[in-house]
Amino acid sequence: MIQFKDVDLVYPNGTVGLKNVNLTINDGEFVVVVGLSGAGKSTLIRSINRLVTPTSGELLVDNEDILKYRGSDLRKLRTKTGMIFQNYNLVKRSSVIKNVLAGRLGHTGTLRSIFNAYKKEDVGLAYESLKRVNIAEKIYNRADELSGGQQQRVSIARVLTQQPKYILADEPVASLDPPTSHQVMTYLRKINKEDNLTTIVNLHFIDMAMEYADRIIGMRAGEVVFDGPVSEVTEKTFEEIYGRSIREDDLRGGADQS
Amino acid sequence: MTNEKKTITNRDVPAIYPVKTKIQVSVIFFVVLAIYLTSMTWTQSQMAGGFTGALGNMFNVMVKFFPPNTAVIPAVWGPMVETIQMAIIATTVAAILTVPLALLAAENVTTNKPLYLITRTFLNILRTIPDLVLAVIFVGLFGIGLFPGILALIIFSLGILAKLISETIEAVDMNPMEAMRASGANVFQMIWYALIPQVLPQYVSLVLYVFEINIRASVVLGLVGAGGIGLILNQQLGFYNYPNAMMIIIIIFIVVIAIEYISTKIREALI
Ligand SMILES: Nc1ncnc2c1ncn2[C@@H]1O[C@H](COP(=O)(O)OP(=O)(O)O)[C@@H](O)[C@H]1O
Ligand SMILES: [Mg+2]
Repeated sequence: MIQFKDVDLVYPNGTVGLKNVNLTINDGEFVVVVGLSGAGKSTLIRSINRLVTPTSGELLVDNEDILKYRGSDLRKLRTKTGMIFQNYNLVKRSSVIKNVLAGRLGHTGTLRSIFNAYKKEDVGLAYESLKRVNIAEKIYNRADELSGGQQQRVSIARVLTQQPKYILADEPVASLDPPTSHQVMTYLRKINKEDNLTTIVNLHFIDMAMEYADRIIGMRAGEVVFDGPVSEVTEKTFEEIYGRSIREDDLRGGADQS
Repeated sequence: MTNEKKTITNRDVPAIYPVKTKIQVSVIFFVVLAIYLTSMTWTQSQMAGGFTGALGNMFNVMVKFFPPNTAVIPAVWGPMVETIQMAIIATTVAAILTVPLALLAAENVTTNKPLYLITRTFLNILRTIPDLVLAVIFVGLFGIGLFPGILALIIFSLGILAKLISETIEAVDMNPMEAMRASGANVFQMIWYALIPQVLPQYVSLVLYVFEINIRASVVLGLVGAGGIGLILNQQLGFYNYPNAMMIIIIIFIVVIAIEYISTKIREALI
């Protein structure tokens, strides 16, 4: 369970990232965070694994306030929260399997990892994860030989290999075309169901949010301005979150193609 | 009609550089040209007889170098190998010492600003000392031999290598580092898995490049007493034994060309 209690975040330059955020995210939920660019979606998600640190309030992950964490506590928190990025963030020159095994680094001692001496079960797990996103045949390819959609699947396999409790996905489909976007979202949804992994996804496409989310959180200027199940969301809700009428480019489209 | 259209287009197209820049560049150009011209005439008048006299003198000396004495080949083989060893040892030590220095001098890895600035400044100072000066100092300190030469080469190549590699490190894609940090990896694991694979080909290539420089530099260092073939060459020139000196120069030439060729081929294959 993740709980935000009166969380504020002001960046060193004075920009307000989060303002009085109060949220509870329960285990197993699939939450989509929507909002215009600059609304604070990334800041919200990156607070949970402390890539950024809120300046006040409490942030509880499994009932522990993570804002005081440093050093090894912080690394332990991060092994629990897997992250997926807009630009996949793979080591382009390394093979797919090496990239996926990097998901185990947080669980592996420094010496063991430097000598590439991953445990047998870790290598097995990495291969299993690749199979789950249907890309096991690319195991020895260099990451930069793959298409965008394939690279994002490898990054999902990396997160699976990490065996986290939470998945944080920051605009995972923003660099992909509509059919590939749906494919990636379908995998995230499937993993959420099969492994009961709490998943938080930032998206700015409202049709995709509606299609995949259980619950939608709307953000504007660092504040949570909407929080409710998909069934309560209408076009009007989005207009309120975005503070303007809905446009063509707020939609990803291509839902029928997947 | 067409005339009018032409003037309009002319007026609408702005110059790529502002007028101020143009004037500045022209002024700098003429100042540099003036410096060249004055220094050329000044040098001419300093040399007795100018260029023509110098050329004639050079020809007279050159003749004495021929034919080269092939009999010295067996005797110079040992010092030649010493020179190569000097370059290999110096390059290897520098290549190892470079790793921590280059990491500390890369702004994206060393986020501690003072530490980064201190390392940068240290490397900049290293690079301002010419290799010959280093060799003269170390020969003075440790006496004639290979050791001062190796020491001079290590410091000289460390300056170049650490600078070039820190710049390579600063150009890497930081995204995978972020992904690994987000998955709980520590700093060593991030460097090992995200950074090293990105810089390794460049690193090997630069080390080979510095090795090439070191081969040539180690010959020159020998001239000031730092051991190897340069020392022998200097002795032969001192004894006015020009045919021997010529043979040594030819051997150096062949070895340097061969090593450069091999090293270039390897570097081409890497990048
Ligand atoms: N490192 C930073 N330093 C200063 N301001 C930042 C930083 N990161 C984000 N911001 C600002 O914080 C606000 C929220 O950004 P972000 O969380 O990235 O929004 P979103 O992901 O919804 O586009 C924006 O105004 C952005 O410019
Ligand atoms: Mg963002």
